[in-house]
Amino acid sequence: MALRVLAFARLRELLGFGERTLDVGESATLDDIWISLTSASPEASRLRAATRFARNGVVVDGSTRVCDGDEIALLPPVGGG
Amino acid sequence: MIAIGPEPIDLAALIAAVEDPAHGAICTFLGTTRETSPGDERPVEALDYEAYVDLARTDFEAIATEARERWGPLRIAIVHRTGRVALGEASVAVAVGSPHRGAAFDACEFAIDTLKARAPIWKRETYRDGGTAWIANTPP
Repeated sequence: MALRVLAFARLRELLGFGERTLDVGESATLDDIWISLTSASPEASRLRAATRFARNGVVVDGSTRVCDGDEIALLPPVGGG
Repeated sequence: MIAIGPEPIDLAALIAAVEDPAHGAICTFLGTTRETSPGDERPVEALDYEAYVDLARTDFEAIATEARERWGPLRIAIVHRTGRVALGEASVAVAVGSPHRGAAFDACEFAIDTLKARAPIWKRETYRDGGTAWIANTPP
């Protein structure tokens, strides 16, 4: 399955992309995707507890399974205003 | 009016967007960029805002809907800037029109507090010494 993954702010800098495609196996969850994307960056990996996930524009938890064509966003702690 | 983008904020346009002959109050809030962060004495040179625009727009609309559910017939405008914002300029603005001032004040405070707590927008400070830091919001 192919996903579009968006990373913002500090996570964009640590992971080295703002947007990329990612191929994942059937029945992958957002937690699986997080582990795969952050395996090379201990600093990013440590941000898991503070990071929210969005799937197709809706905030969801890490146990959510993804579908082919989904847009996944990694949202670090917000700072608007 | 819901807007997220690089253009400077035009408060008069927000006020015009919430005017209503049935209303007797318009409350506005402007958030402006500060030269230092709490607990950090380094002078700030500029701030850059980044947004997940699609989700932020949905969230602003949800905040307006939640405010109307709590305080009744309101007109609400929420605008947030992206990109570089010079010191002292407005980075965010909320305007609420209401039949009476109590609901306008309360809904305006609710909107900015909720936006700051959850809207997918990020702020990076650049300091005069060249350093940078992403700044997360703290509860009001």
